[in-house]
Parts: sequence; C-alpha cells; structure tokens
Amino acid sequence: MTATEQRLEAEFELGFTYSRSLGPVIGTCFAAFAQKRFLGMRRSDGSVLFPPLEYDPDTAEALSEWVELGSSGVVEGFCWVKQPREKHGELAPFAWALIKLDGADTPFLHKLRVGEEQSVHVGLRVKPVWVAEPLGDITDIAAFVPAAEELTS
Amino acid sequence: MKLPEPREAVDRPIYLRYRYRASEQANRFLHAIKKGKILGVRSVGTGKVLVPPPGVCAESGTLTPQDLIELPDRGTVLSFTIVHLPIPNSRLKPPFVVANILLDGADQAFSHIISEAELKRVVIGTRVRAHWKPEAEWDYGLENIEYFVLTDEPAVDIEQHRALRLEEAARHA
Amino acid sequence: MRDVAVVSYAQSPAQRDAGGTTDVEMLVPVIDRALADAQLTRKEIDFICSGSCDYLAGGAFSFVMAVDALGATPSAQESHVEMDAAWALYEAWLKFQCGEIDVALIYGFGKSAPGDLPDVLSLQLDPYYTQPLWPDSISLAAIQAQMALAKGCFTERDMAEVVAASRRNAIHNPAAQLKGEFDVSDLLKEETFVSPLRKHDCCPITDGCSVLILASAEKARALCERPVWLRGINHRMESHFLGTRDLTTSTSTMKAAETLKLDGDKLDVAELYAPFSHQQLILQQSLKLTDNTRVNPSGGALAGHVLMAAGLDRFGAAAREIWSGRADRALAHATSGPCLQQNMLAILEGA
Repeated sequence: MTATEQRLEAEFELGFTYSRSLGPVIGTCFAAFAQKRFLGMRRSDGSVLFPPLEYDPDTAEALSEWVELGSSGVVEGFCWVKQPREKHGELAPFAWALIKLDGADTPFLHKLRVGEEQSVHVGLRVKPVWVAEPLGDITDIAAFVPAAEELTS
Repeated sequence: MKLPEPREAVDRPIYLRYRYRASEQANRFLHAIKKGKILGVRSVGTGKVLVPPPGVCAESGTLTPQDLIELPDRGTVLSFTIVHLPIPNSRLKPPFVVANILLDGADQAFSHIISEAELKRVVIGTRVRAHWKPEAEWDYGLENIEYFVLTDEPAVDIEQHRALRLEEAARHA
Repeated sequence: MRDVAVVSYAQSPAQRDAGGTTDVEMLVPVIDRALADAQLTRKEIDFICSGSCDYLAGGAFSFVMAVDALGATPSAQESHVEMDAAWALYEAWLKFQCGEIDVALIYGFGKSAPGDLPDVLSLQLDPYYTQPLWPDSISLAAIQAQMALAKGCFTERDMAEVVAASRRNAIHNPAAQLKGEFDVSDLLKEETFVSPLRKHDCCPITDGCSVLILASAEKARALCERPVWLRGINHRMESHFLGTRDLTTSTSTMKAAETLKLDGDKLDVAELYAPFSHQQLILQQSLKLTDNTRVNPSGGALAGHVLMAAGLDRFGAAAREIWSGRADRALAHATSGPCLQQNMLAILEGA
C-alpha cells in the first residue's frame, strides 16, 4: 500500500431499456407520422395544439377533435448549435427550432438543417425531411429544412 | 378525415455514459484485494471495525480515518440463505449458500457465497475461511475470493461473540 | 401558520470536479459546520430531507447512502425529493406546519462531473415528442434567450452585465467557482457557444453540497442570534410542453409572487436561481424588481451551480445577507426544469 497507488477509474454505461405505451392520442399522432401526415388537436377556444395532447394544458379539458395540418411550417424561435453533441446525431452545425406547422397554434421542437447560422430567422418557412421508412415515431422526421430546398432524405 | 389506427407502444431505450472514480478508501481497499489482502477501518465515532472501509461511518456520521487495518480472511457466518433459483448473468448454479460473514476483528458483515459442497453443514455461527482464486486471476474485486469454505473449528455463539465485539468497540470509541 | 426560521447554513466549495470523493464524504464536513453554527448535534434533528438526482453521477439510490452522513441510527425521520433541495425545504416547512417537528436539517448534493450533464437533463423532457431528439439543457435555454432578445425584452449587453456582476459579487464568496472582474465589452467580444448564448452566459458544471437548518420559533430564538424568518413560500409550475409556454417571461414566478403579495420594490436582496444570464433578466422583469434590490450578492448560480443544491443555496445566501445585517428583507428563488419551468419564491425577514 503506497500513497502513489493509481486512482482506479472505470467508464460505464447505464441503459434504461424502456418501452412506452402511447395511448390513443399520441398513438394516433405517431401512426400519422408513418403516413407522413401531421395531426393536431383542437382546444375549446378553437386553437390547435401540435403535437396533440390528451388534455388542454390550460383548462385540463379532455381533447378529442383532430385537425389535419399542413406539411410545412414556420420558425418561431431557434438556437444555433456550432458543435453538435453526440446525442444530437447531427454531423454538421444545425439549429434547434420551435416550428409552428400550418394550421397549428403552438410550435414544437425539432432540428433544422440549414447551411449556416445567418440563414435561420424567425418566420423562415420549413418542411420536414422524412426518414426512408417511417415507423410511427417523432424520429420519423429526420429534421426540418428550409421549404425552398428540395426534399432529400 | 380518416384517422390511422393508433400505434400502441414504442421502444425508448436511453443510454448514458459515466466516468467512475474510486474514492480514497475504496481505492486502497481495491488495490489491497488485488494483492490478496482485506482492509477495514475503525470508526472514530463507534470504535467498530468496518469492512470494506466505507469513507463514512453510517452509525455516527463521522468520516472514517485514513489508517486502514488489515483483516484476516477468516470469519463467522452471521446469517445465511440457500438460493434455489438461478440468478440471471451469474455463473453460480443453484442451490448455493449466500452468507453474511463477519471477519475476525470486524464488526460489519459482508455477503459472500459458501462452497456448494457444504450446503447442508452451514449454521449460524459456522466458522469459515476464504478460498481464493489462483493468484494469477486476482483483480480489483471481492470476486478474488471464489467462495468461503468451512473450517474445522466449532461453531461460535453469535450473541456472545457480538457482546465481546461491542465491548471491544466501546474501548476504542 | 407556525413561524419557521433559518438558523444555520453551510456549503461546500463549488468545484468543477470533486474526483473520487463520494457524496457522503462531501456532506459530512458541511453537516458538521451547519450543526456547529447552531450548536446542535445530529441526534437533536427531528427531520431530515434531501434533494438529489441519481442520473447525475449514475449511482442508484445515492440519496440512501447520503443518509449515512447523518448517523441515522437506530433510525431517523427522513425524506427525499428528486428535485432541488429547495423543494426538500418546502416539504420540511409543511412538516413544521403539521406540528410534527421543531428542527429540520435540509441538504442538497450533486456530482455532475461523472456524467454528461446537458444530455442527462434532457431526461426531464416529455418522453414521447421531445426527449427522443436529445435536446440538451443549453440548447433549450438558448432558444429562450433568442426569443426574448428578438422580442426586445433585453439586449446581449444586458446579459453580459449580469455575468460581470455575478463574477464581481462572487469575489466575496469563498465558495464560488467563477469570480473576478470582467469587462462587459470583453465578454461581448467572445464567440457564441450555442447562439445566442456565449459560454459565460451558462452556469458552470459543479460538484458540491449544501446544508440548511430550519427551526420552529421558540427553538430558533434559542439557537440563533438573528433567526431568519420564513414569511411566505409558494411554488408554481408550467406545462412540460415548451410550445404552450411563453418562454420570454416567467408566468409561474409571477403567479407565485401574486400569491405571496410580493412587492418587488420592497426587497433589500433577491437571490435568484438563474442557471443562464438571460433567465436572471426574465426573473427580474417578472418580479418587477427595482434598483432598490441587490440581486445575487453571492454571485448566484452563474458563479457556482451545484445541481440539486443551487436552489437551497439561494435560501442560504439570502439568509447570510440578513444575518450579516446587510439586509432585513430578502427574496429566495429556486427553479427546476427546462427554461424556468417551475419556480419557488420565499420571503425571508430578519425581524
């Protein structure tokens, strides 16, 4: 036993291999992704939530009126990630954006692939890039891109 | 509008990476066990000898001192159970005995297994000693002790043993 | 309502990395100091309550092991929240109101160094629509900053001024991690990190712990020369879903302030838990603070951010201002969740 004993270290990975039940509302929204569709949920004040939630976050009222939304939207807020983290799954700098889909009144978070920071601005029209084989999940949308660009997967 | 059939469930695995570093006392314990030695520590709060050295004595809420004590690899069974069901990812084949073993000179037991050959002979108070793996296989862990085996000594009266230990702890507190 | 007062507070140094030192080894000396200041022993504590999060260091049930620091044998009345320890303080306060206890010890601890904190924090998000994308805590705060800047709530210079003031105030805080004189113009020259945030707009990653002791009126007067009375406490939360919140303001903070009938003009000190510079500005605006109030004399979370204790630290730092006589009336604020989702306010008074 000496004072110079090397400090033992170990890297480890924790895995939480959860599966999650979706219920009728999120389950329907996800199933619509598999068809490359966006479905929103109307609230009693007439506004439309996307992504759809089971209950109105303001009034706690149960919600059930589905609304078909457009297939593109606009940026409401964003940040620019110069160095993507490994978990982001992006190879190049990108933006996180709050995107309001056409027909919805609430924005939702997704990734936005644009060449450079200067090209991102509030009001930018964007459209989704769907993965080759959508399964019915939020990750069926690989990212959004400016709507002026060609759709590429 | 035609609604699709809702999807019922999704897989949501989450993986997180961490970098663990051994605490000062865990580090010394692990380096010692690599060399076939077992270290404990005497709590300044209670006078009791704790093994492995915990860093903090839970009974008194005091930091345990830096001078560690070497303990023998012999002890007494405080309690035990016979496991009849296989444990996932374990090399152990049931039935086997898991025992709380109090090393000689220690006041805190730790769990280990007892050789399967001696399943029927284990009682509370049974005297045991460590059966070490071959030295070439020693690593930084209590698995260096493959299992405990019974000694030829007679079983110990645990209550009497406890009372003696408490007296000794009180002298050190 | 029973009167309850803060009688003691101690914190560990805010360190970037505590190395192999365990949570419980960090806690023992800090608990010792908090108890010594109130001339209490471990056995005189009626109730202990802690805040911590196992995901930070990846150790299961670390809060159970932390109880070892209290010498909780043969048994103790104990509870834990998987929240900042400010919420543990709230639970303890309720226990006082139930008439069950006279002395409570509250502690928070966290070692964020072993993990990847910005990723770990994404586990707070809804697990269906948001978390699977792994948005990190810094990115979400950066979106909030962008929206507030675009709306004209404040400027990047205002944000840099928050940082400079935090580090200047922290010079007098021996526990602080980041401190010193910094020029606002120099700070603004630094590159952005996750735009519009610069690195200095973000709280540091910190290992550490804090301990605070509460006592009922009679006990408090016996234990402490100038008990710091908890005159009101309230906490509110907003939707988990970012899209339904106005991120440029803090609705839950305003609601809590309204419930407490808080007059933002009549506070000597406000200790605000803002992990990002712009969040301090959002909070100041939501609380309608004026120049009469000194904000974060300790340096705040930008000077040292022990996740799970940083909210409790605001109570401790506010109490210290009152104990020292520099303040008679202070506000302690704690937050939790992405983009100031949940907020707690407490009014502390010296008399």
